[in-house]
Amino acid sequence: MNHRTSTAQTVPAPGLSDQDASSRGAAPDVRSDAELREIFRLMYTIRRFEVTLERAHLEGDLYGPFHSSMGQEAVSVGVCAALRLDDVVTSTHRGHGHAIAKGADLGRICAELWGRSTGYCRGKGGSMHIVSMDHGFVGQSPIIGGSGMLATGAALAFDLSREARVAVAFMGDGAVGQGVFHETLNLAAIWKLPAVFVVENNGYAHSFRAEQMQLNPDIATRAAGFGIPGVVVDGIDVFAVREAAGAAADRARTGGGPTLIEAKCYRWRGHNLGDAEHLYRARQEVQEARRDDPLDRFRAATSDLIPPGVLEEIEKRVAAEVDGAVRFARQSPPPDPRTALEGSL
Amino acid sequence: MIREITFVEAVREAQAEALSSDDRVFIMGQELGEYGGVFRATEGLAERFGAHRVRDMPIAEQSMLGAGVGAAVMGMRPIVEVMFMDFIACGMDAIVNHAAKVRYMSGDQMRAPMVIRTQGGSGTHHGSQHSQTLESWFLHVPGLAVVAPSTPSDVKGLFKTSIQVDHPVLFVEHRALYRTRGTVSDPVAPIPLGKGAIRRRGEDVTVVGIGKSVGQALVAARLLEEEGVSVEVIDLRTLVPLDLDLVLKSLAHTHHLVVAHEAVERGGWAGELVSRVVAEGFDELDAPPLRAGSKPVPVPFAKELEAEMIADERLIAERVRQALGIVEYAR
Repeated sequence: MNHRTSTAQTVPAPGLSDQDASSRGAAPDVRSDAELREIFRLMYTIRRFEVTLERAHLEGDLYGPFHSSMGQEAVSVGVCAALRLDDVVTSTHRGHGHAIAKGADLGRICAELWGRSTGYCRGKGGSMHIVSMDHGFVGQSPIIGGSGMLATGAALAFDLSREARVAVAFMGDGAVGQGVFHETLNLAAIWKLPAVFVVENNGYAHSFRAEQMQLNPDIATRAAGFGIPGVVVDGIDVFAVREAAGAAADRARTGGGPTLIEAKCYRWRGHNLGDAEHLYRARQEVQEARRDDPLDRFRAATSDLIPPGVLEEIEKRVAAEVDGAVRFARQSPPPDPRTALEGSL
Repeated sequence: MIREITFVEAVREAQAEALSSDDRVFIMGQELGEYGGVFRATEGLAERFGAHRVRDMPIAEQSMLGAGVGAAVMGMRPIVEVMFMDFIACGMDAIVNHAAKVRYMSGDQMRAPMVIRTQGGSGTHHGSQHSQTLESWFLHVPGLAVVAPSTPSDVKGLFKTSIQVDHPVLFVEHRALYRTRGTVSDPVAPIPLGKGAIRRRGEDVTVVGIGKSVGQALVAARLLEEEGVSVEVIDLRTLVPLDLDLVLKSLAHTHHLVVAHEAVERGGWAGELVSRVVAEGFDELDAPPLRAGSKPVPVPFAKELEAEMIADERLIAERVRQALGIVEYAR
């Protein structure tokens, strides 16, 4: 069972013992077959969602920007699998996967991307502004670094109201360049807030390779500067991600303060649909990276745990569910134009 | 019971009342706790309500305001103090892109009820980066209320409403008002946002202002009275929402308008008010409405230089004379 081999490496903060900071070495706790299947279902849903909606976009059926999270499914699902239902997540412009992993309804996500009245934000948000408060998906901030400050605030609310809840911010490697990234990590650190910062280092901030913009290749080591643990995790391995996120969430929940997790992954698609990718990376690089597919890793890791045919069955069900969500969106009415002026101040 | 207190005491009392009546309220900022606030606006509050509710934090405006939004979205009612209004520029993303928009963008799933308290203005010779009057910036961003009280009683009445509404409020205090005194009743009734007040009745011209400019307009009115000019003074109290009806009603008997603010005249909120008055009250105007705002240079240090560029009671009086055709208009 090779998924039991953790790929998480901990970069301990000064003054913290390995034990405090560590998510190293412990075997992932696979609670049940049902949980395994759920992890796969969510990862495959994200993949299928991105593929299907990308096609619809290319066919001119959708408008507006579209940032595919393909290739990063293990990060979204691994993190959210480690959370409780009432924990909250903030997200970025590349947030479809986070919303799905946190349990938001596919039909209402689709409807929002189609700008329909049945969408989560009734057509006012779109792809970069999905929110489902009912699922603790407290919003995307496509302002780079914004997700961190919102999660820090949510964690502060939990701390003030003495609720044992955790706020997780997904961010990209580009966020590390923003001043607010450093401000919020420091704030969460000094106040020991129940926050987890997950940087999805997918190698690119739009067209900039991460190493062009930061000399230090390991974002997690920045944590030391704030006196908090930093963890580098293989973002292709859903179990490694879940383990690291679980340790960080436990630490946050029990008053240990925040953790910075860097999930190393790869952005399969351009920054957005229609991005001039050829200007900054070779097709071959992408093809090579795609050989390490988080879904394949899951299949390999669980081949002796899940009977043959089960995953194929899930795939079929998910495909139908995504098609149904798209149908729901397409058949939903557009918003009443008068709702544009609701809440004017 | 009627008491006399200072403006800054009113700010302190208003926050204390909010903290004691609502568990969701907390304050974030710099120098608030042991120090009591650089203008004493939070003196004694940490002692009374605890350091967890009167929170000192690093000098980091963007994360301070951004964390305020995040906490508000999860059900808290933060008061975020931006020590000088100039520093709000460091936190604009949190206000403009997040606080003002989350409710709308989320289809009303998220709300960001928070009061952003700040103080600014000239008169203490802090130089260009500690003396600005920037409330006009925020009128341009839908989703934010903008409140600017001129008396201790209004501070308390407007704050009570500001901390209760379900949207973010920018609460602007003019530094020069902090030591001014005024009477308050106990308790002060909440004042709805969007309701101005007539501070002086007059017949010939309406002067509209907020905050410190209201007092200056009253001084100008006394000057002009000696010249035989009768000035009506309106205190808008809030810029968003805007009590346009009160201005139009006043105009219906004075037929002349001057809008006064210490903010730079160019691009200031007076232009917005004048434009709306022209659109809706053109027939009432006997002469072009004028603005009395500061000249387009940064606020300088030396008092002789500041006096040359800053809008004050002399400028307001001169604009009134110009509006009435007593003297010719000059920029």
